[in-house]
Amino acid sequence: MSTTKDPKSQKAERDATKAEEKLKRNRGTQRIKDRVISIFIGFFAILWLFPIIWTFYSSLRPYKEIRAGGVLSFPKELNFNNYFEAISRMELPTYFFNTALITLPAVFLILLLGSLMAFVVTRYSFRANVALLLLFTAGNLLPPQLVFIPVFKMYLALGDLVGDRRFLYDSPLGVILIHVAFQMGFATFVLSSYMKTIPKEISESALVDGASVFTHFFRVMLPLLRPPLASLGVLMTTWIYNDFFWALVLMSTDSKRPITSALGRLTGEFVTDYNLLAAGAMIAALPTLIVFFVLRKQFVSGLTLGATKG
Amino acid sequence: MSSAAPVEKKPVRAKKLKRRRTFSRADRLTLGVFIGIPTFLHVALVWFPAFVTIYLSFTYWTGIHIGDIQWAGLANYENIFFNTPIFWDALRVNVVWLVWFGVIATPLGILLAYQIDREIRGHTFYQSAYYLPVVLSLAVIGVIWNFLLRPDGLVNGLLGLEISEAVSFFGDDRYNIWVILTMASWRHIGYIMLLYLAGLKAVDASLREASSIDGATEWQTFKKVVFPAMKPVNIIVIVITIIESLRAFDLIYIIYGSSGGLPILGVLVFQNIAGEGASMKGAAYAVILFLLSIVPIVSYLRQQFKEDVS
Repeated sequence: MSTTKDPKSQKAERDATKAEEKLKRNRGTQRIKDRVISIFIGFFAILWLFPIIWTFYSSLRPYKEIRAGGVLSFPKELNFNNYFEAISRMELPTYFFNTALITLPAVFLILLLGSLMAFVVTRYSFRANVALLLLFTAGNLLPPQLVFIPVFKMYLALGDLVGDRRFLYDSPLGVILIHVAFQMGFATFVLSSYMKTIPKEISESALVDGASVFTHFFRVMLPLLRPPLASLGVLMTTWIYNDFFWALVLMSTDSKRPITSALGRLTGEFVTDYNLLAAGAMIAALPTLIVFFVLRKQFVSGLTLGATKG
Repeated sequence: MSSAAPVEKKPVRAKKLKRRRTFSRADRLTLGVFIGIPTFLHVALVWFPAFVTIYLSFTYWTGIHIGDIQWAGLANYENIFFNTPIFWDALRVNVVWLVWFGVIATPLGILLAYQIDREIRGHTFYQSAYYLPVVLSLAVIGVIWNFLLRPDGLVNGLLGLEISEAVSFFGDDRYNIWVILTMASWRHIGYIMLLYLAGLKAVDASLREASSIDGATEWQTFKKVVFPAMKPVNIIVIVITIIESLRAFDLIYIIYGSSGGLPILGVLVFQNIAGEGASMKGAAYAVILFLLSIVPIVSYLRQQFKEDVS
């Protein structure tokens, strides 16, 4: 600092060095803070995983060992016996088959009908476009309980009409249809916001070439929708797989229920052998764990596509 | 926007007319089918039943013959509000749930997302750990946590309590709601984190850098720069928090069954509508549930359709 400078510029200089020091100090303390934050979050991350790890560990032990020595006893036996037993005694293959019977057609229909809807709403100009989109999106947000009673009655009435009471009620078809009706709203919304980002010129050139609406959709648009369809497909599969409510209220025969709803009953039935139930729960969670490990990119982008619009 | 819009609109409208004229009969049929099937399904299984339920909530009906429906006016609602103390208990639980999610779980998810987005040490592992419960079904979550908390489970084991004197985490009124909320948060925090993380990726990184060069601490940067920039995602996160708190059902049902060890609106509706012993009090409960979720639904729609409507 020179003494020849006037007081004003001296002050400015002092201020500048002060600010710089403050910045440095901030950065230094921030680094320490970051480390503390990281350790803190890390501690909870392990705590977060713990329930799953513990369930997995317990599923490898026979229940009688726990009854004899308590939960904290040192394991003498660690094997997959509970898994084999769960698969045969809980009839898990049947429930998995039921799940597939509902989930696969439902997801296929949701994606197909949702993309058809989104296609028309974004590519053709009708006056009702926004209203339709609003109807679908709002419908998706209604509480399922609000629609249950009439749906239940309609299913029974339609069943009587066809001559088979279990045509829709207590049948996979009924559960599929209600999932499709609800989730189509979400799919339409997500796909239409994606389609808005596809340049109009692509559609226009197809129209100039004289393509029919049918060709325009199946040949031109559908191939372009592959990324959002993959994300939505993974998300919808997970949601429908995890659904508890609809399969519970629209089905009365236990052996027809999908695995997630069946787990509720199995919890009551196998309460005497909890480690077996742990194995059952781990098996039931397996498809979603595959989503977690393998398809996470699609799952997360499906989830956030709807929430953040692109 | 308002000054530019009319100028832009004209050519678009001209094009619209031209395109509409070029539709062949087959095209019109295709478009009709494309829109018709999804709309029919959605209206028939979502909107129509929703309105029927609203109507039924003003009637007496045992749910068997349509001819037996009798107008009841507000009787079902009066019954709920004045003669059903459990309704208020359930509402209280839902409000506690909402406050817990709103004040604790959701903010934790947001802060977690912010820290992970800053790429603190170990952030990829942390993200996975907190994300894992999001893919699991609530039914599986119920089994997993029951495993820790049952009388011969880990927590009672760690507390050194015999089965006879074990803490009943689900049965004891002093703990059960907090235990359930912990379980629900286990999933909710990760869900909010994922949504927020996707939003944060969209916030311009230079904004944050500029703020840190100006000497702001991370907390100031978050509060003054990042949080305001995230307004759309904030709204969605708030909406999801409210809707999830109001609709809580699966977790309670998997633990208590329909007996209602912990009264909550979702289960009250279920008790009154499922099975053959349906009463229209259940419809009234469903309508109350719907009315409570109208505000978040409308704010969600307003957020998502802002551009379309203006």
